[in-house]
Amino acid sequence: MTTAPVVRAVNLVKIYQSGRGLPVPAVRGVDLAVEPGEFVAIMGPSGSGKSTLVHLLGGLDTRTSGEIWLDGKRADTLSESGWAVLRRQKIGFVFQFFNLVSNMTVADNVELPALLGGASPRHARERREYLLGELGLTDRAAAAPAQLSGGEQQRVALARALANQPRLLLADEPTGNLDSRNTRDVLKLLSRVHRQGQTIVLVTHDARVAGLADRVVCLLDGEIVDDGAVTTRRRRPGGTAGDVVELRG
Amino acid sequence: MRQSLLALLAKEPAHGYELKQALEAIFGSAYPSPNIGQIYVTLGRLEKDGYVRSVGVEQSNRPNKKVYYITAAGREALLTWVEEPTEGPRVRDEFFMKLVLAPMTGLSDRMALINRQRRHYLGLIRDLDELAERTDPGNRVALLLIEGAMLHLQADLDWLERCQEELP
Ligand SMILES: Nc1ncnc2c1ncn2[C@@H]1O[C@H](COP(=O)(O)OP(=O)(O)O)[C@@H](O)[C@H]1O
Ligand SMILES: [Mg+2]
Repeated sequence: MTTAPVVRAVNLVKIYQSGRGLPVPAVRGVDLAVEPGEFVAIMGPSGSGKSTLVHLLGGLDTRTSGEIWLDGKRADTLSESGWAVLRRQKIGFVFQFFNLVSNMTVADNVELPALLGGASPRHARERREYLLGELGLTDRAAAAPAQLSGGEQQRVALARALANQPRLLLADEPTGNLDSRNTRDVLKLLSRVHRQGQTIVLVTHDARVAGLADRVVCLLDGEIVDDGAVTTRRRRPGGTAGDVVELRG
Repeated sequence: MRQSLLALLAKEPAHGYELKQALEAIFGSAYPSPNIGQIYVTLGRLEKDGYVRSVGVEQSNRPNKKVYYITAAGREALLTWVEEPTEGPRVRDEFFMKLVLAPMTGLSDRMALINRQRRHYLGLIRDLDELAERTDPGNRVALLLIEGAMLHLQADLDWLERCQEELP
């Protein structure tokens, strides 16, 4: 028996209208299938359609044409509320601008999706404690989002996205606002959940984030121009910094 | 390697093998370890230039080993090196040459070149990640060297993206 891709797009198209009513083709005929456990990095210049693509995959925006399949089920033909249910069950999102609920504590923000997804309060709390611990945020659990730095808020957003152990993690430049130390915590958690089998589709410009992925998809002007495995080391036993930086002296 | 050997000798006299070990201990596995032959060749040149001197130390059952000392002229040369501004990063332009010239010859198209190079950079990043994981967390020097290499690769990737946007 073969398992269906976690997410699949078939000839996916999104055309926006500009302010003056002109068509803006943002995604132009994308075919993409992501298998269970895969970590796919989406790269490409600004304006190439990366955000639009992940929004479409998660049902946060409606396609112009084409198909979207989640876990073997056709999703793009669902009603808005049908999509919302599916999304809550199967997808965790992290955006460039973390949207946390401002009048709830960090702990409640992270527990909410698990509770909405039907987890027991105890299970939701344990999962929250684990995730906040992994991200170095245990002592911020009682804080309100506004009391946190941007980096901390982004890590909370990641914890929230993972709270439900979603079938698919979608992320749009999740380290875009983080300094290198905060980025390192996010990287560690991403690589750990990936090793545990989490399927991830993530937009990034960050080389370190992309380096964790199994596969890179590169967009240009709304089309996929490259899709393939990250080349691992050739014959050498292991890379050194000397492959990149030549020290002189 | 001249200056790094002089710097180590300015700290204390040492023989060739000790210098090799000291470089390995400082930079860790992040940097390709120097070959002992190269170290002796460099020491020989430094000696000829009057920057170091050596004395033989007797060893029972083994050939004498040479211990190297830095001279006053050596200290002077080291100081000059430390105080002069260091050249900025070298842009490795071999790929850029390929990118600009190869399509003119009809040998390759730019998209294919850029895609291959991007995957190569990401593979290097992956190697560096693994290296960082294997590196002793207490070795700040080695970890900073790895981080520096990653930042260079980030710049290379960004440049690649600009090339993809701008070149037809
Ligand atoms: N809501 C929108 N209305 C009109 N145009 C949009 C909208 N969102 C995105 N676009 C346009 O679609 C294209 C792709 O945008 P986007 O997916 O945000 O690219 P990326 O994330 O790769 O930077 C751009 O030309 C952008 O201006
Ligand atoms: Mg975007």
